[in-house]
Parts: sequence; C-alpha cells; structure tokens
Amino acid sequence: MNKDIVISLQHLSKSYDGKPVLDDISLDIRAGEFVTLLGPSGCGKTTTLRLIAGFLSPDGGRILLDGRDIADVPPHKRPFNTVFQRYALFPHLDVYDNIAFGLKLRRVPTDEIDKKVRKVLKMVSMTDYEDRDVESLSGGQQQRVAIARAIVNQPKVLLLDEPLAALDLKMRKDMQIELKEMHRQLGITFIYVTHDQEEALTLSDTIVVMNEGKILQVGTPTDIYNEPQNSFVADFIGESNILNGRMIEDRKVEFIGHTFECVDEGFGCDVPVDVVLRPEDIYIMNRTEGAQFSATVKSCTFKGVHYEMFVDTDNGYELMIQDYNAFAPGSTVGLLIRPGDIQVMRKERTCNSFEAEVVDSGHVRMLGMEFECPAASEFKPADKVTAEVDFDKVELVDHQEDGMLSGEVHFLLYKGNHYHLTVLTDGGDHIWVDTDDVWDKGDLVGVNFASENIRLKA
Amino acid sequence: MIKKLIARGYLVVLLVILYAPILIIAVFSFTEAKVLGNWTGFSTKLYESLFTGGLGNSMVRAIENTVSIGLLSAACSTVLGTVAAVGIHNMRRGKGRRAITFLNDIPMLNPDIITGISLFILFVAVGVTQGYATVLLAHISFCTPYVVLTVMPRLRSMNPNIYEAALDLGATPSQALWKVIIPQIRSSMLSGFILAFTLSIDDFAVTLFTKGNGGLETLSTYIYADARKGGLTPELRPLMTLIFLAVLALLTIINIRSARSKNNNR
Repeated sequence: MNKDIVISLQHLSKSYDGKPVLDDISLDIRAGEFVTLLGPSGCGKTTTLRLIAGFLSPDGGRILLDGRDIADVPPHKRPFNTVFQRYALFPHLDVYDNIAFGLKLRRVPTDEIDKKVRKVLKMVSMTDYEDRDVESLSGGQQQRVAIARAIVNQPKVLLLDEPLAALDLKMRKDMQIELKEMHRQLGITFIYVTHDQEEALTLSDTIVVMNEGKILQVGTPTDIYNEPQNSFVADFIGESNILNGRMIEDRKVEFIGHTFECVDEGFGCDVPVDVVLRPEDIYIMNRTEGAQFSATVKSCTFKGVHYEMFVDTDNGYELMIQDYNAFAPGSTVGLLIRPGDIQVMRKERTCNSFEAEVVDSGHVRMLGMEFECPAASEFKPADKVTAEVDFDKVELVDHQEDGMLSGEVHFLLYKGNHYHLTVLTDGGDHIWVDTDDVWDKGDLVGVNFASENIRLKA
Repeated sequence: MIKKLIARGYLVVLLVILYAPILIIAVFSFTEAKVLGNWTGFSTKLYESLFTGGLGNSMVRAIENTVSIGLLSAACSTVLGTVAAVGIHNMRRGKGRRAITFLNDIPMLNPDIITGISLFILFVAVGVTQGYATVLLAHISFCTPYVVLTVMPRLRSMNPNIYEAALDLGATPSQALWKVIIPQIRSSMLSGFILAFTLSIDDFAVTLFTKGNGGLETLSTYIYADARKGGLTPELRPLMTLIFLAVLALLTIINIRSARSKNNNR
C-alpha cells in the first residue's frame, strides 16, 4: 500500500430510491494533492464528496483514511472540513464566532483561538471584518469566511463543494487564484467538486471526470485536455470537433473524407474510431495550395482573444476552428492538421446491442417489449440472442406515443455532419442514434425500429 | 371610484359586525349598571372594584388556574412541537412525511367539542381522576400542532447545510442542535409559545369536558357558570375588556415578529 495515499475510495456505490447515483467507483487520493471531481449535474460528484465527509453512508464499498476504514466514524469525528456551495455560515454568529466555532468545540484556549482566527482572516483577506454580521457580507466575502472557518481547524483534507458556483465571473477568477495559493501555503489535500471544466483545468493537480455515477477518466489537466479517452470527456472538457473516423493502419487515419497521418498505433487495420480535433489545432489559411483540404467559411465570431469560425469542408462536414486571424464568411480557405494534434479514440460501441429472447419465428422480446423481427425465424422460440440495431437505423418521432418505446434525449454530440444522440428510455435503457435532424437535450421522443433492421446473433 | 367605496364600506360593515359585541362589553365596562345594556353614566367604579377585591375568591382562583395552565401548556407544547417539527423536517420527502403533516393538521381543524368529548372519554376509559392535570394534558395536546405549524416554515427556510456544517466542524448532533438549530428557530419557537398560550387561555369546550367535578374552574368555565346562575357579575365586563386587550397585544406581537422574520429572510 502506498503511504502517500490519504483517502482511498474502493468500489463505492450509492443509490437513492433504487436509482443508482454512484456505480462502483474507486479512486486513490494522494496527500497534498488538489483533486477535482468534474462532471455535469447529477453525475455523482457531490454524492462522492458527501460520502467522504460522512453525511451519507455508502450502500457498498469502503472509504479508507490512511489505510483504515472510516465507515463507523461519524462526520464530526472525521479530520475533514467542508466548504459548502451556499456557504452555510451560522447567521446568528458574527464572522469571528463563525470561524472560532470548531476551535471552541475542541476547547482550544481562548488566546490561541484568537491567534488562529486572526491568522486565517488575514489569509482570506478579511482582517477587520471579525465583528461583522455574516448576513451583511457579500457573497464573495461570505465564501471567504466559509473557507476560513474550514481551514482554521487544520483539517487533513479540505472538501469543497462547488464553492465558487454562486459568485460572478470576475470574483470567481480572483478566488480561483486565491484558492490555488491557499493550497500551496497550507499543503493539505483539497478535494474540489465542480461542473466548470475551466475551473477544473485551472486549479487541479488531478482531474477526475465523472458521468452517470462512473469515473470516466483520471489524469492531469493536460492529459485530460489533450488525450481524452472517450467522446464524453472530449466534449465536456473544452471545445472540440468529434468525428467518426476509420483507422486504416498504424499512423494513418481517415475522417471527413480525407486520409491523415497521425501518431497513434495499435488500433489494428480498418477499425472504426472517434477522432477529436481541438478547434485551435486546425491551421487555417487563405490559400488552398499546401493545404490538406479546403473549406468555405460559414461564420466568424470575435471571442476576445481569438476568432471562432465554423467552416464547411469540401466533403460537407462542419468544423469549428479558433484562430487569431479572422476569415470572412463565404471565403474559401485551406486547412491543415498536424499528426500530433489528432486524438484518436477507440469507439465504445459501433451499434446498439440489446439482450433479447426469441418469442416465435417472427418476434423477439427486448427492452421490455415485443418487436416484429423476420430474422427470428432462424432461431428457436425461447432462444437467448443478442439483437443489434445500427445507430442510423433507429427512427425517432416527435410524439412519444407514436413510438414503440418512449424516452428522453439524454446527451448529444455533433459529429461534423450528423448528430449522435443518447436516448434514455423510460425503462432505463440507453439507445444510441445517428440522425440528421436537430433535437435538444431533454426532448421527449418516441423510438421505433423497422423490423428488417433488427439483426440477431446467437 | 364607486366600486372602491362599496368595497371599503363592505369591509367596514364586516369589521363592525365582528367587533361590535366586544366593543359593547368594553363600552359598558365604564358604567355601573348591574344589567348589561343599561347606561347609567360614565364611571370607572367597576375597574376599581375589580382590583380591590370585588371578585370572589373562586374567581381569583379561576384566573390563577387559567394563567398557570396557559403558561405550562404553552411551555410543554413548545418543547414537544419543536422536537416534532425538527423530526418531520428531517424526514425524507414522501408518503410518510405527508401522512404525518396531515395528521398534524387534523387536531387543528377538528371541532373543539369533539376534541373535548374524546379526551373526556379517554380519561374516563383509563380511569384518571379529572382535574388540573387532565386539563393541562388536554391543552398541551391541542396546542402542540400549532407550534409544529409555526416552527416548520422557519426550519424550511433555513440553509439545509447549516446542520451539516456544524457536524463538519466537530459538533456532536446534540451540540449542533443546541448551538446552531435552536438559535436559528428561537424566534419562531417564541411565536409558537405565545400562540399556544393564547389558545390555552381562550379555550372553553375542551376545558369544560376535562376539568372534572372537583371544582376546578378556569376563567372561561367560571364565566359560563356565572352567566348561567343569573346574569353576568358586572365586574366581568372590565375583566373581559382587559383580557381582550391582552390577547390583542400578544397577537400584535406575533404578527410583528413574523413580518420581521419574513423581511430578514429576504
């Protein structure tokens, strides 16, 4: 066992009312590390933090502190302190008494309390505020007091639950710098929860990307940004173009109708992959000689430091490009991508596959429904089979009642010339769909499969 | 314009109808006539005799009972109601919680007479001699739901992380309750206490059924018995006027407090 590890989460799971929020997550956190749990709302990041703090107990798995299971240690005995999203200051106490709360409970001598409180007040630049009523403070000041109240107890680990979410942009940026500085000075472990990818990239030593109760990737900010391991991470962290591609052979990948050199190996020959291109990694110029392919500029927006452009490539794909120079809409441009800037990812799946059972020669049962399926004639009734449906063979309809299955658009990804949607059915299954139609996240849809498009495998 | 006048007039008529009986008592407390309704000129003699022993011993005892039962039942129901409110607040949202809040509402909507009779039957069934203790218990039982209802909104408006923050800083659950939760809800507990007190001194029906035959009287049952014996003792007129003013003052305090706490929450 590594001595460096303060907290070790082992196979944690947790559900609320039968709905899984955390699904078997494991994570080691090193002493002194700034770890960020990053993910969209509902991904389980706050639940993880509350499990560590002890406000919740896990349904399964263990939390180890310095190698010891802390399942039976109540929150007030854990050497952690929390900074809450909505500050959670005690409104009946002034700034000083809020900060001294933990020290007084531990019966620290008064003069020592005094010294410590003054020290942290200085640290969060709130000297002279000690007699103020906490409700008279601004949001940013309240958050400073909340941070001071936590760090004054010198916890082993500081837990921060979206501490900056309620502040305005300018204040958030300032506080980020201060938090980073505080982490350096205190040398204690920070576990930080946020849905803001920029904040995570700025602050962290290690980022843990979570979605739907699972950890998708753990890595340094540069790793996560440059080498996302799947399309969700690529889409969630920063801007990106995510495209369907085909690995032709080692160091050669085909996408948007062109073949490119890349640096990836070991995928095999002729394997479908996902390709991620960061918009700032595509070189754009106003001549087409020397370019790998050409495109027409569709729109160009000034974003402060750079321009953000959308272009249509010669083969009809849309790409987002960021560049310091502006190119006028309508103009033809040449584009160039360097091998090292192409991030190739193995596809998580290439078609939908469901567990199914043959009912009779013309029907199968899957996803809790009976479907017509001519392919079933090749099997005997009650055979267990795998049913496959291609992404682009799934039909979506506007009205839920017009579909055999009903569901909600859960996640969507633009892939240059079509959308790749994840539909979460009412029965809790995922169906992936390729479509040219525009849907929004949260749209309620009906789902149909044409009977001839259901393939069966033993 | 006319619409406004009619609306205003309607309100005035309504208030007059509501308050006329009390006003009549108050007006006639300033005259000496034995029978209510005869005006024999302005006088404060009834007030003088009220404070110089014009009331019988039994009447004084009734007032003492009323006040002591009021204070004791208000104190007990404030404790019970607050504990219940904290408990309900910490319950998971769902069927169980809705059922309990619903059960809490029933005693408040239930007619007093039914509460009184059912308590009477209960006390008889378990064989308790009825008297001071049973009246006190009865008052606690019908005041508690009101305290729950007064304390709940304050708990709901509290930052849900505050209790956790206290635990996080090393407070045991009971320290968190005393050092953080109670100070937060203290003002609504006080409002609940005042409300319970006014409800208790105001009660007639429940008291009548639970006071037993041991000669225990509260002000309301005493006045009722007095009026039935043959006319109201004249001194009761100033007494009622004073009680009305006291209750009015208490209610005003509750209203000002709740208005103020609403402003603070903004």
